[in-house]
Amino acid sequence: MTADNAIRTDAAPRGGNIRQVIRLSIARTGMELRAFYRTPELVFFTFLLPVLFVVIFSTVFSGVIRGPAGESVGFPQYFVAGMIAAGVVSTTFTSLATTISIERSEGLLKRLAGTPLPRSSYFIGKVALATITSAIQAAIILAIGALLYGVELPTGPVPWLVFTWVFLIGVASCSLLGVAYTRLIPDGSSATAIVQPPYLTLQFISGVFFQYSEIPPWLKFVASLFPLKWMVQGFRYVFLPDWVAVDDYGGEWHMERVAAVLVAWTVAAFVLSLVYFRWERPGDR
Amino acid sequence: MPDPAIEIRGLRKRYGTFEAVSGVDLTIPTGEVFALLGPNGAGKTTTVEILEGYRDRSAGEARVLGVDPARGDAAWKSRIGIVLQSTGVFDALTVEEVIAHFASFYPRPLPLERVITMAGLEEKRQARCKSLSGGQKRRVDLALGLVGDPELIFLDEPTTGFDPAARRQAWEVVREFTRTGKTVLLTTHYMDEAEHLADRVGVIVAGQLIEVGTPREIGGRAAAVAHVRFRAEGTLATAPLPAMPGRVESGPPIVAVATGEPTATVSALIAWAASLGVSEIPELSVTRPSLEDVYLRLIEEHSDAATREGAA
Ligand SMILES: Nc1ncnc2c1ncn2[C@@H]1O[C@H](COP(=O)(O)OP(=O)(O)OP(=O)(O)O)[C@@H](O)[C@H]1O
Ligand SMILES: [Mg+2]
Repeated sequence: MTADNAIRTDAAPRGGNIRQVIRLSIARTGMELRAFYRTPELVFFTFLLPVLFVVIFSTVFSGVIRGPAGESVGFPQYFVAGMIAAGVVSTTFTSLATTISIERSEGLLKRLAGTPLPRSSYFIGKVALATITSAIQAAIILAIGALLYGVELPTGPVPWLVFTWVFLIGVASCSLLGVAYTRLIPDGSSATAIVQPPYLTLQFISGVFFQYSEIPPWLKFVASLFPLKWMVQGFRYVFLPDWVAVDDYGGEWHMERVAAVLVAWTVAAFVLSLVYFRWERPGDR
Repeated sequence: MPDPAIEIRGLRKRYGTFEAVSGVDLTIPTGEVFALLGPNGAGKTTTVEILEGYRDRSAGEARVLGVDPARGDAAWKSRIGIVLQSTGVFDALTVEEVIAHFASFYPRPLPLERVITMAGLEEKRQARCKSLSGGQKRRVDLALGLVGDPELIFLDEPTTGFDPAARRQAWEVVREFTRTGKTVLLTTHYMDEAEHLADRVGVIVAGQLIEVGTPREIGGRAAAVAHVRFRAEGTLATAPLPAMPGRVESGPPIVAVATGEPTATVSALIAWAASLGVSEIPELSVTRPSLEDVYLRLIEEHSDAATREGAA
């Protein structure tokens, strides 16, 4: 598509509001993707860091986890689900909260707000980018796990369907949380400092780096208030035998709870974004 | 009589206890180019951004294209163009991509080629915005303000950072833009810019609009006295000055005569010099107060008045 085509495309006629939103959401997504792949350091950290994680983690911890009746799964098989979930949080929550606050303090949001661009199209573009990068990241983690560390991928459609819905609701909830969280970030330069603590803390207490059964109960309670723990649990269901749930999640996978909590967070984060998100810099009105 | 493009009554904006805009009344008819002048911090950007819908007002009424700017919807935004005093650019995108992308937001955008030519960005169309110079980034700002073919455009110090040739080109663009009956509200610190572009100028000081008029007449400029100056050397320095209209304010060596009839003053000087055997009076000039002189005088008078008020 050349720029010239884009400019001649007639805007949707009056009343074609939905069509207008869709058209501009696609345009925004295209621009987000372009800006993303043209920023090498962003691509590097988004895709290479989780890869390094998997490689280092699977190399250093090469043991197995034993089940009650003497069964076992390798560490890489056990931790790959957590890596994918943590990767989703980093490409959605962390990266959206950071880039949106930077765009706000640089005045890019202000520039867009002065045009007829529907505001929803801006967010759809952001979430679409987060979804695409999360999916690529998950694919890379799985590929490396399977090729280098003998991670066994599930067969048959059911586990992959479960993987898809956990992934999609996880992406939706964490993306919207990232949007709402920008309210706490006064300035783009402080974004990383404000975004990292909740992400790192939740990573440690949600069973990404440790076996979930080893986490103290009160920290498990804290973790279970947030989406990451549930995403990890949902992905573990996909990649691990049922006996793991006995140790880690009190007997069963409780996929209905996974769905309920993630959906609840999606709705809550949507409302929080509507209430708390600001287009202008603090004190700019 | 069509509705004015902009109508403001008793506009006020407070930040805490500080009042940035203190009761501005202004009507800008459709098709006019209006320039707001004023020192740093006078309240120009605050006023303009209230009209653009970015800032809330504390009191007063405002109508922009018949709409309260605090409630402007997408349809209203597609009728206005905005060039902010300072905004970031989309670093990773090229000039052409950004302009085409913004064009897609509007129902009837200008053709890409035309916008690029208007903004003087032909050579940089494929360049990433990140790599542009300060003045080139400002041209992108101008292009993005124009691309929706708005009825009304706000230009907050549009040519700051432009080289002289680029500034002239930008003036040409604004003039071309207004030829079809469109309205411009601009702020500037360049008096020549106001003089070239504006049908009317307004001077804003400490949040108050203290004077509004055409650039030729504002502050009594058209009726103001002229200054005749020359350098008195040799016999011109020793001989007494002739009888002539006006008052000698200084000299020699540089003689300055303030006069309401500069033609008569000059012809008296020529006759006087000829009688002394001097056919060419050195450095002879007639000047009227420039817009800048008038502007500085208005600002000074206002701050004197404010000081007196403060002291009383
Ligand atoms: N968001 C804000 N919070 C507090 N004070 C503000 C804010 N915005 C502007 N002001 C104050 O209001 C006054 C007017 O500012 P404004 O930006 O309108 O000036 P200006 O006339 O555009 O100046 P300049 O020529 O430097 O651009 C200044 O004293 C400024 O400090
Ligand atoms: Mg300003």
